[in-house]
Amino acid sequence: MSQIKKTQLTSEHERLGGKMVEFGGWWMPVRFRGIVEEHQAVRSGAGLFDVSHMGEILITGPDALRFTNTIVTNNVEKLEPDQALYTCMCYQSGGIVDDLLVYRLPEGYLLVVNAANTEKDYGWIVEHAEGDIQIANESDDYIQIALQGPRAAEILAPLTDENLDAIRFYHYAKGDVTGLPAIISRTGYTGEDGFEVYLKGGEAEAARVWRALLEQGKPFGLVPIGLGARDTLRLEMGYMLYGNDITQDTTPLEAGLGWVTKLKKGPFIGRDALLRQKEQGLRKSLIAFTVEGRSAPRHGYPLLLDGETHGEVTSGTFSPSLERGIGLGYLSTEAQAREGILAVNIRGKSVPASRVSLPFYKQGSHL
Amino acid sequence: MDEAIRCTSEHEWVRAEEGFAVVGLTDYAQGELGDIVYVELPEIGARFEKGEVFGTIESVKSVSDIYSPISGEVHAVNHELEAHPELVNQDCYHAGWIVKLDMSDPSELDDLMTDAEYEEFISGGAEE
Repeated sequence: MSQIKKTQLTSEHERLGGKMVEFGGWWMPVRFRGIVEEHQAVRSGAGLFDVSHMGEILITGPDALRFTNTIVTNNVEKLEPDQALYTCMCYQSGGIVDDLLVYRLPEGYLLVVNAANTEKDYGWIVEHAEGDIQIANESDDYIQIALQGPRAAEILAPLTDENLDAIRFYHYAKGDVTGLPAIISRTGYTGEDGFEVYLKGGEAEAARVWRALLEQGKPFGLVPIGLGARDTLRLEMGYMLYGNDITQDTTPLEAGLGWVTKLKKGPFIGRDALLRQKEQGLRKSLIAFTVEGRSAPRHGYPLLLDGETHGEVTSGTFSPSLERGIGLGYLSTEAQAREGILAVNIRGKSVPASRVSLPFYKQGSHL
Repeated sequence: MDEAIRCTSEHEWVRAEEGFAVVGLTDYAQGELGDIVYVELPEIGARFEKGEVFGTIESVKSVSDIYSPISGEVHAVNHELEAHPELVNQDCYHAGWIVKLDMSDPSELDDLMTDAEYEEFISGGAEE
């Protein structure tokens, strides 16, 4: 890994005593007070996340809509002027380049991509550029702070002139936060109500918004959250993690992301392969399961049916809300069609597992 | 920290008690691991050589082996940890003990670090 990158909030995390680790090339807090406590704060009150490491790529120009729609699987044409959508971006093979959000902004389409994929995605998009468009990697300019939890709106409201009640789920408003211009988006990666706030600036602007939110949130139990709880929160919702649950070797159809794959919208990269896969049937697909006992399934552990390996765990953890091990993994279609006992091979022991429907945690405040 | 304990470079502690060796995880180790959610305990009667893996400990994010600080036979395990693994975080030197060994060679204790030596070891660049 070349130089480890820092966000505009790194010094704030160090000041708050965050335990810092290298993650995907970034120097990020994995936890502050502890993963379980942070997790529960988000489920019951609110939590504050630095997600400035995420990438932001802006596509503008007369052909921006047409082009954007050819590189992602969901239908960008359906976006209202103040709306965002979740989508995949695929290779010709149908494998996934990345999963991302697309915002329809007045000036164009803003793609918010995974931190570790930013350079790869930007390169991919530029390589496939078509028509009268401009593509700008604005990742270094953006600060991104996520405020998540059932009390999020109460905390943010006094710090903005925007009427937050008017921002619906997966919509945004261009407004202000502590007087600084910001995109206030009602989105997140936790299953709770909340906002992702995008603003341009450096350490001073980042610290101003971060500190104001922490101060405002104190009576509501707001605490800073590290990547550890970000992962347990997203996994309880069954949200995908690129590099684990989705990769260049898995397709959106296999990952259960058919709902963001609009095969009838017209041509897009990967469509032919996905149509073929749909016609021929899937050889494997992602399943969700809980395990008996407190030992957690982990990435890479074999998934067993009647003692034979038929797949692999892609994400697994101890779920603080369910107080048991939960996991996602690919299981062969053939094994799924059979009756049998599902288990996870946890370090040589076959631990019985039960298939469940997503999300694992069904009491999220945005649901 | 308790004066009477000895520690390993793998961050286990051991304390001689009524002829047995009580074993647990050091405060430094529990702090590095974070929230402990599962402790896999050995069978009573199982024998372990010094340095052999006798169990595993899982935090939310990681899985670590627990090494036997000395040779011996498992005399007792802390069953409380089955329902309350967080005791290792809350009280690692007492309520969070892990196993009690019947030592085969109590002189092995002398090879381990004293608490002062261990303190120096962890402040002097212990592995992450």
